Amino acid sequence: MPLMTYLDALRQGIWEEMERDPAVFLLGEDIGVYGGAFKVTAGMLEKFGPERVIDTPISESAIVGAAVGAALMGLRPVAEMQFMDFISCGFNQIVNMAAKIHYRWGPRVPIVIRGPSGAGVHGGPFHSQSNEMWFVHTPGLKVVAPATAYDAKGLIKAAIRDDNPVIFFEHKFLYRRIKEEVPEEDYVVPLGQAVVRREGSDITVITYGAMVWTALEAAEQLEKEGLSLEVVDLRTLLPYDEQTVLASVRKCSKVILLHEDTRTGGMAGELAALIAEKAFEDLDGPIVRVTAPDTPVPYSPPLEEYFLPSARKVVDAATKLAAY
Amino acid sequence: MLPKLTRAQHHDLYYYLRLNRRVDEQLVSLYRQGKVVGGVYSSLGQEAISVGTAYALEEQDVIGPMIRNVGAVLVRGYRPRDVFLQYLARRDGPTGGREANTHFGDVARGVIAPISMLGEMVPVLAGVALAAKLRKEKRVALTYVGDGATSTGQFHEGLNFAAVEKLPLLIIVENNGWAYSTPVEKQMAIRDIAERAQGYGMPATIVDGNDVLKVYAATRLAADRARRGGGPTLIECKTMRMKGHAEHDDARYVPKEILEKWRKKDPLLRFEKHLAQKKLMIAEEKAAIDDRIESEIREDVASAEASPFPAPEEAARPAWA
Amino acid sequence: MATRTSKARSPDPTTLERMLYYLKLTREAEWRIDHALYRQGKIVGGVYVGRGQEAITVGATIQLNPGDVVVPTHRDFSAFVIRGFSLREIYANWLGRADGPTHGRDGSLHFGDMRRGVVAIISHLGSWCPVACGVGLALRRRGQGNVVVVFFGEGTSSEGDVHEAMNLAAVMKLPVVFMCNNNAYAYSTPAEKQYAVKSLAARGPAYGMPGVSVDGNDVLAVYAAARQAIARARAGQGPSFIECKTFRMAGHSAHDAAEYVPEDLRRQWEKKDPIVRLEKLLLARRILTREQIRALEASIQREVDDAIAQAEASPLPEGASALEGVCCGPDCWWKREN
Repeated sequence: MPLMTYLDALRQGIWEEMERDPAVFLLGEDIGVYGGAFKVTAGMLEKFGPERVIDTPISESAIVGAAVGAALMGLRPVAEMQFMDFISCGFNQIVNMAAKIHYRWGPRVPIVIRGPSGAGVHGGPFHSQSNEMWFVHTPGLKVVAPATAYDAKGLIKAAIRDDNPVIFFEHKFLYRRIKEEVPEEDYVVPLGQAVVRREGSDITVITYGAMVWTALEAAEQLEKEGLSLEVVDLRTLLPYDEQTVLASVRKCSKVILLHEDTRTGGMAGELAALIAEKAFEDLDGPIVRVTAPDTPVPYSPPLEEYFLPSARKVVDAATKLAAY
Repeated sequence: MLPKLTRAQHHDLYYYLRLNRRVDEQLVSLYRQGKVVGGVYSSLGQEAISVGTAYALEEQDVIGPMIRNVGAVLVRGYRPRDVFLQYLARRDGPTGGREANTHFGDVARGVIAPISMLGEMVPVLAGVALAAKLRKEKRVALTYVGDGATSTGQFHEGLNFAAVEKLPLLIIVENNGWAYSTPVEKQMAIRDIAERAQGYGMPATIVDGNDVLKVYAATRLAADRARRGGGPTLIECKTMRMKGHAEHDDARYVPKEILEKWRKKDPLLRFEKHLAQKKLMIAEEKAAIDDRIESEIREDVASAEASPFPAPEEAARPAWA
Repeated sequence: MATRTSKARSPDPTTLERMLYYLKLTREAEWRIDHALYRQGKIVGGVYVGRGQEAITVGATIQLNPGDVVVPTHRDFSAFVIRGFSLREIYANWLGRADGPTHGRDGSLHFGDMRRGVVAIISHLGSWCPVACGVGLALRRRGQGNVVVVFFGEGTSSEGDVHEAMNLAAVMKLPVVFMCNNNAYAYSTPAEKQYAVKSLAARGPAYGMPGVSVDGNDVLAVYAAARQAIARARAGQGPSFIECKTFRMAGHSAHDAAEYVPEDLRRQWEKKDPIVRLEKLLLARRILTREQIRALEASIQREVDDAIAQAEASPLPEGASALEGVCCGPDCWWKREN
């Protein structure tokens, strides 16, 4: 099995779906001739031609809107936001157009809006955001955030095949930093299913995206100190896998909710409410959140470091919770 | 008719053009040494636009610079040190390390900081112009956009509003031929962005963006018109992006012949030639300015490199006023 | 610049009769909406009609082929009828009925059906224009010369989405016809406060597409201009922009008395009523007699009466059905019904 980076696995997944289904096509800025700002679509223009790999003007609203229109007509567009930070320029098309069409008048809107999100690359406030909750809060959408190369390929294929608008948050920090064995054949990772990345018994850490690796790093450190951390990777944020989350909480009785996104209105708050509602009796300690603070993502390295959750912060939180 | 520029003003223009060029070169050098945090977006070849426009404004005017308008903020009084501190993410930079590259500003100095989303500053600067109009001030607002940004809805809404309200807004379109890898032919179906203006009912001018005097003149005329209550003007400056979108982009998609053609029109060289021909700047004067720039840069780079990073806790400063 | 109509380019008598039918049907059907059903409290929420502007929708939509697509607004009632929605369906949607096209989930004319080539709008003005571009992209790929006609008002033309859509359509040469219903008022905002050009036709060349302005109350002028634009699009020559100048004869909505509109301006436009003008032409050309027109009116009355009765008699949706159909899954209601 070949070793692939997260980015290559993504590219592989998109490539396979383009080959498999002629209705699939790509649109976005600099994705054709340039192969995409991060080269996710490199080689695709040459292989599939300009009708299926479209370099657009700078028009996020038109990119999303046109994707919706094409989808109504039976095509399956995959639109790229050069940085997910810019998704706000097409916000209305997503939350009011794409998300509500099926509910209101029936047709499917099988679009995927994908792009690099997340911090840790000195990107500053507009190249580092985690905007998933704007969309988790919008019924009618699906929201996905792969953490591994295997999942990047499997989930993008599932997203493209899904009949609903899927907002696909890739993590730019992971693009070239992780490499795994990824099968060359066709496979999908179903949407809506979480996975236990590491079995444990004392505390469960529920997270997604790049923070999965942060949690795993913390788990390694804590094992040396005799603390057993379970790590659950949500993979899909909307709809999220309640069952796996609750099973893990019941098993460990203590939970840390971890995300790179800012604190208020983040996924951790949603999960905390769920756990309090449905697993109150199973808890042996308070629900703990480890998140970024409520500020824009700052630019300078010491500021960004302070802002981001780290293995150190997870270890500290776990140590404290274990003592409860 | 515009009043003629004095000899000293010609020297000013030369100073800022060359300062812009040298700051840019220094940034690239710092980038190659791995000292810059984040990306460097060069303004090589486009200096005449930043300098010519900013120099034509008055003290009370306000600009909305974009990523390639370092020259404009230098004209407005920022120092190379400020730019280096920003790019090096240091505590004593204009944003204390919270923001990157040209994303800084100061209302008192008449500079509104941009965000990364293109086109978004147009309505904001229209608002600045609106305030000036409501307060009956002789203030002009000037916004820069690239050819790519003119495709955005924000560009449209800003221009239409400025036209309807006859706002004192100057829209400087820097048509440098490329938006990352997208050439203008893929960006729009018209040849001159100035054609957009007819759709809004505002006048437009097309100028050679590599001729600082032409840029200056067009801006002065438009600013004077705006101050008289004549409303907005779109000034399309034709130029060329001489490097990639950023330093990490080798721009292999740009045909070499295009770059060769534009190299011959380098704004700095052309102005130097002009000054020499018209005997507006002799060799000693040029040397003095060049030396002054070199020592400013040397000093500012050293000072910026030596200055501290911000304290980590600064990140948690509240997002509210 | 207005397009003159000549007998040579005029549609045939059958089409002219159909035009009169759709115009009169729309006028009567909408009158019942804002003057009867709304006032009787039977329609809840906002009520928007296209009174006085009917010629724009009819003139363009009547010439579309089955494979073409239209994106009509709340002021384009006749587009739905022309594309095959029944009056009953339209009233059922206004009345929020379970068997209406949206099963009560959205009101007014916010519905559509891809099989009938109608894309539904949302309330955010102009947001449907980029969607029309995507439709155009798919139609071009299909390669059968189909086009998409999209409507919007002069107020909407100020929206960023319209700009992005027109630019995209122009640079990609998409088969889109942009029909601008310039009815002089966007709620209380008169045209002079909406844009600073004399005519929005100037927007066309600003994007690199043809732009014309026609008398929106002359159904034949609209028909002729749309015909040219549609032919251009079918031939792969790209998009066009048509400004149709008209007047909003009702308020922005049923609850708006529109006191900001000068009375004499309204009266001026009353004299240019599009239906009266077409009637005059049909009579003059002896295509219809007065008696036939009376009979048409009576028949329309009955048609509208029946549709309203049927719609009123049908049940409102069950509350719990609000939870259905948010996402499309394997057992999706829409899949079942289609």
